[in-house]
Amino acid sequence: MTDSARPLLPSGLVVFVKRDCPTCELVVPVLENLAETGTLTIFSQDDPSFPSGMSVEDDTALETSWHHSVETVPTLIAVEEGVERSRTEGWDRADWERLASRTGLGPGLPDFRPGCGSLSVDPQNALDLAVRLGASAMGSRRVRYAPLEDEMEAAFDRGWTDGLPVVPPTERRVLAMLQGTSRKPDEPVAVVPPDLVECTVEKVAINAVMAGCRPEYLPVVLAAVEAACTERFNMHGLLATTMPAGPVIIVNGPIRRAIGMNSGGNVFGQGNRANATIGRALQLVIRNVGGGRPGEVDRAAFGNPGKLSFCFAEDEEGSPWGPLSADLGAKPGVSTVTLFPGEGPRIIVDQLSREPDSLARSYAASLRTLIHPKLVLAFDCVLAIGPEHARVFSEAGWSKEQLTARLHELLMIPTAELVRGAGGMAEGVPEDVSAPALPKFRPGGLLIVYCGGDAGLFSTMIGGWVTGEVGSQPTLREIRS
Amino acid sequence: MSGTHNSEAPSGGVVVLDPTGERSLPVRERIPRPATLEGLDLALLDISKARGDVFMDRLADLFTEQGARVKRFSKPTFTKPAPPDVRRQIAEECAAVVEALAD
Repeated sequence: MTDSARPLLPSGLVVFVKRDCPTCELVVPVLENLAETGTLTIFSQDDPSFPSGMSVEDDTALETSWHHSVETVPTLIAVEEGVERSRTEGWDRADWERLASRTGLGPGLPDFRPGCGSLSVDPQNALDLAVRLGASAMGSRRVRYAPLEDEMEAAFDRGWTDGLPVVPPTERRVLAMLQGTSRKPDEPVAVVPPDLVECTVEKVAINAVMAGCRPEYLPVVLAAVEAACTERFNMHGLLATTMPAGPVIIVNGPIRRAIGMNSGGNVFGQGNRANATIGRALQLVIRNVGGGRPGEVDRAAFGNPGKLSFCFAEDEEGSPWGPLSADLGAKPGVSTVTLFPGEGPRIIVDQLSREPDSLARSYAASLRTLIHPKLVLAFDCVLAIGPEHARVFSEAGWSKEQLTARLHELLMIPTAELVRGAGGMAEGVPEDVSAPALPKFRPGGLLIVYCGGDAGLFSTMIGGWVTGEVGSQPTLREIRS
Repeated sequence: MSGTHNSEAPSGGVVVLDPTGERSLPVRERIPRPATLEGLDLALLDISKARGDVFMDRLADLFTEQGARVKRFSKPTFTKPAPPDVRRQIAEECAAVVEALAD
């Protein structure tokens, strides 16, 4: 809303009413009294002939009501030279008398009667009014498709999609999306690589619409964009690399259930709207705002299907352990995203181990193969443990820390097996490494998360990308409303 | 008033909000190609990928043979853009730059 578009109210007393409101009917004698003895302007929201016999301004278009944030009828406003001095909602004799500088108003009426909802905030009207009267608050360029252009094809033609159709980001849809956050549309969120473009809440909302998000997902998308665009996460390098990794979003905290995310069966698969669209929205922001496109700055040799969307929640309620977010320093009860630079998930099958050490050994043998069995320390990993596997550990009393420590122990690999040429493979660590053994993962480089369906003695590993300060590190961000 | 109706102009075209960064790229003229390398200060920027130095060493030899003075620079890590200070120093001190990628 711009101030110039806001119509001034006439001086004196102003009242907003509608016929379909018993309290407005109730106060008609008071309005007649005020009109006879002073300056009263009546705006009627639903019927300009109400109250009958009086001079009434027609506000059935609801513009004046909307511009002056009327939420209840009747609303009585005292105005001096176009400036609102005071207002009261419903019928409250004391308040009305104060605003009118009068006494003895409404003899025979009760002292107080609440009003009714203003038509300008009726859910059926509010979004249309916001589009019609308030869309100018959004600063993005308007793009008008040609009359014969198909609105789905038009987005492909302009290079705005990830290869799948996108929801056309109309003003109405973007305004509805913005209802999902208390942050202002023009608030900066991040500087998005590779073009290093300052991105606002509004631009994130536009791309969230296109991705298919619901408004309540927007805070998660905003946090994901913030986390991705940090120096620590290094989205620029992750985008530009020839490696297949992309941003993986892991959601913790109460918002998972509030927005209906999947942390159970088919957790990395299709079928859940929040999982499928939140990750997609982040990638569309990188593409459309940041200018990061495959074949251009995105140099991935293979990529992976998760670069369309790779977002999931941890099953905190089912987990025998604390959440991943706590491992990374988040307080309990706080909703977070953790961004991880990940490749596609790979299964670890072990249907026979009933002892924790046996299962840990299966994990270690599988984890060693990530990236290359002879390459170590350069890449982190998310180990996603399913319910049936986790039970093997929890029934034996193993904590997450105990499992992590055991895996690091099992993944100390003799350097002789890793050096270039060993095993008949040229790939490997340089010959001049003096340590007798090297760890597969750096300390803190193995992240454990609990999720997945309750049938299947499986776990999954998600390999990382170049880690540490030279690459990308797992990045936690609190989700703000 | 339906949502679809709302986003259509009287002439029928749907109006959407631009999802891009809306950048307008400044057009910069390229500097003229030097007629000779004799006496020029040339920057070699190693992005710190494995074996980039092999390529850079060879380029340095070839440029030096042609009379150029070679200055070597490197990025701290190949995964991130060159720091502004490195870019500024190259721009101030050198007539041209070669940035090399290798693996």
